[in-house]
Amino acid sequence: MAETQWSAESAPPAVLSPVPGTLVRVVDAVKHFPAGVRTTVKAVDGVSFEIREGETLGLVGESGCGKSTLGRLVCQLLPVTSGQIFFEGEDLTRLRGEKLRQKRRQVQIIFQDPYASLDPRMTVGDIIAEPLVNFGVVRGKAKDKRVQELLRVVGLNPYFNNRYPHEFSGGQRQRIGIARALALNPKLIICDEPISALDVSIQAQIINLLEDLQKEFHLTYLFIAHDLSVVRHISDRVMVMYLGKAVEIADSEAIYTTPRHPYTKALLSAIPVPDPRIESKRRLIELSGEIPSPVNPPSGCHFHTRCPIAVVPGVCSEVDPPLEEKGPDHVAACHFSEKVATEV
Amino acid sequence: MAGPLLQVKNLRTNFFTDDGVVNAVRDVSFDLHPGETLGIVGESGCGKSVTALSIMGLIQQPGRVVGGQILFRGEDLLKLPEEEMREIRGRDIAMIFQDPLSSLNPVLKVGYQIEEAMDAHQKFKQRDAQSRTVSLMEQVRIPAARERVSDYPHQFSGGMRQRVMIAMGLSNEPEMLIADEPTTALDVTVQAQIIELLRDLNRELSTSIVLITHNLGVVAGICKRVIVMYAGQIVEEGPVEQIFESPQHPYTWSLLRSLPRIDANRKDRLRSIEGLPPDLIHPPSGCAFTPRCPFRLEECFTKEPPLEHVAAGQRTACWVTMKRAYEEMGAEGIIDTRPGAASRVRPPADEAPLPIASEETVG
Repeated sequence: MAETQWSAESAPPAVLSPVPGTLVRVVDAVKHFPAGVRTTVKAVDGVSFEIREGETLGLVGESGCGKSTLGRLVCQLLPVTSGQIFFEGEDLTRLRGEKLRQKRRQVQIIFQDPYASLDPRMTVGDIIAEPLVNFGVVRGKAKDKRVQELLRVVGLNPYFNNRYPHEFSGGQRQRIGIARALALNPKLIICDEPISALDVSIQAQIINLLEDLQKEFHLTYLFIAHDLSVVRHISDRVMVMYLGKAVEIADSEAIYTTPRHPYTKALLSAIPVPDPRIESKRRLIELSGEIPSPVNPPSGCHFHTRCPIAVVPGVCSEVDPPLEEKGPDHVAACHFSEKVATEV
Repeated sequence: MAGPLLQVKNLRTNFFTDDGVVNAVRDVSFDLHPGETLGIVGESGCGKSVTALSIMGLIQQPGRVVGGQILFRGEDLLKLPEEEMREIRGRDIAMIFQDPLSSLNPVLKVGYQIEEAMDAHQKFKQRDAQSRTVSLMEQVRIPAARERVSDYPHQFSGGMRQRVMIAMGLSNEPEMLIADEPTTALDVTVQAQIIELLRDLNRELSTSIVLITHNLGVVAGICKRVIVMYAGQIVEEGPVEQIFESPQHPYTWSLLRSLPRIDANRKDRLRSIEGLPPDLIHPPSGCAFTPRCPFRLEECFTKEPPLEHVAAGQRTACWVTMKRAYEEMGAEGIIDTRPGAASRVRPPADEAPLPIASEETVG
C-alpha cells in the first residue's frame, strides 16, 4: 500500500500501468459535501486502497463513517472532491461522457433497499433488460432470452419476467437487483449493504448466491456492510473505516485474530455471538463518548477522542497516523498499534 | 417460586384487511416469571410484535384480539375496561420501541417527557418526579444527566435517545418491560452498550424483561429463556443455553446455522433456509414450516404438531425433532437444504414448486 501515497504536488498520471492482479486502485480519495455556510461534511477524507481481481474486499464501519460514499466514488456515481480512482489502470475521475459510460459497464452496484431500488412501474424483465438496452447489447428475442437466463442464474423462475416488483418478497427483489447488476457481465460489483434489509433466513440465501456467482463469473466484490460477522464470512480482505478514514486493512482472518487498530478491536468486541456461553464471557470494549461530527473531525488521529490507548495531548492528537505495514498484507493507521494486543 | 407474573393463554390476534383475514398470532401461550428475561425471536411477520402489542392492549384497527387470555398477576387484561388498562400501561407494564426518535416528542425537553410519564400515573409526587428524572437518566447512564434534562430529542444520538426511552419506561418502576427491537436501529457498538444496560437494569431492579428481536446474538447476550416464533405460532421454547445448544425444531436449528458467526470458520458455507414464510391469510395446514423443512414427513403436511416437552423446560412443536433428524435422517451431514431433502418427502403433486430455490442456486 505504501507506494500508493502520492503527495498533492506529484499527482500520478492519468494512466497507471496496470499492476497484475489489481482491478481498482484508489489513491487519496476525498469527498466533501457542502453543508450550510462555509462548512463541509468530510465524508471521505483521504482514503487509499486497492481491490484485487477476483477477491471480495469487505468494507465495514458504523453509520456515517463514509463507507457508502466511498462505494459510490469507486463506481463514480459521485464525483470525487480530489484523488484518483484507477480502474484497470485508467483514472475514472478524468474520464467524461461516453468514455466514462463505457468504462462503467464494468462496474455495477447492488443497493441496500430492495424496495426503493426497483422502479415499481417497470416489469422485472424491463428492469433487468434496461442496462442491455442502454448499451445496445442485444434486442428483440435475444434480449428476452438473456433476461430469462439472468433470472435463472439468480434463482428466480425465468417466466417471472412479466411481473412487477411488488409481487416479490424482499429477498426475491434483491435477486432481481443482482440480475440487473449482472446483465452487462461486469468485472466489479459494489454491494452496498445488500442483505441488511432482509430477514435472517433470507440473508444466507443471498450470501450463498453472491458467493456462487463470484465463482461462476469471476466477479470482484466490494462488499459494504456494518455487520462484521457477515463481512468476515464473505470477504478475503477487510477494510475498516472510521470517520472518513481507512484505519485498518487486512486479511479477514488477521483482522479478526490480530486487529492492529484499537477501533477494529472495539468493533469486534461489540458483535453479539449467537451462543449464550460465549456471550456470558464477552468483554465489551466500551468506547467513551460518541462519534464526532464529520464536519469538524478531531485533530491528529480521528479516533483519539474515544481511543482507550491514545496519548493526549501528544502524538495522537497532533499527528494523523498514516496507514502503515504492520504485518504481511496488513496495514493499520495507529501510532501505538503494537499496544493494541495487550492494552486495549 | 411465586406464580408467573404474566400468563398468555391461547392468544389469537387477527387483522381484518381488504385482502382477507391475516392470522397474525395463532394460539400462542407462554408464561413470564418475576425478574425473568424472556426473548421472543422470529422473522418479520412471525407475530412477535403483534403478541407484544396484544399484551399492551395496543392493537390498532383493523386488528383485533379474537381469542385467549392475558393474565397479568392473575387478572385478564383483555377483560379490563380501557381506563383501567391505561393505568396498567406505563405503570405496571412499560414498552420501548425500535425507533426512539419517532417515539419522542421533538418539541418537548426530554426531562419533561420523562416527568410526564410519571405525572400520568401519580405514583410519585410531582416534586419527587422532578428529582427522579435526573437519577433515572443517570441510572441509564446518560452522561451529564443534570444538564441534559433540558435538551431536546434531536440533541441526543440514537443510542442516547434509546436510553431516554428506557428511562421513561422505568420511571414508574414497572414490574415488566417489553422491549421491541430496542437495538435494531443502532450501530453495533451502541447496541452492545444498550444490551449491557438492559442486563444490568434487570439485575438491579429485578424488572421482568420481554425482549423482542430477530437477532439471535442479542438474545444470547441478555435472555435466560427464549421463545422462537414462526408464522404466528411458537415453534420452540426453552432455556437459552438449551435452545442454542440443542434446538429440536428444524426452524430453530436452520436459523442458527444460517448465521455467519464471527467465531466460525468462514469457509463454511451458510445453510440457507430455502423458500419464504407462509402467507398468514391462508396459513398452511399441518406444520407451517413444512414447505421449507429439510426433515419433513408426510404427516407434517396435514397434522399440526403440538408444543410438547422434549427436555427439561424445553418445548418443541415438531413431529420429527432434531434428535430423530440426527439419528435417522443424517442431519449431521446434510448440505442440501432443499425442502424435504433429508427425508425425501417431496411436495404433494398439487403444490407448486417454490419460485426460489431452483437447482442453480442450491449448492
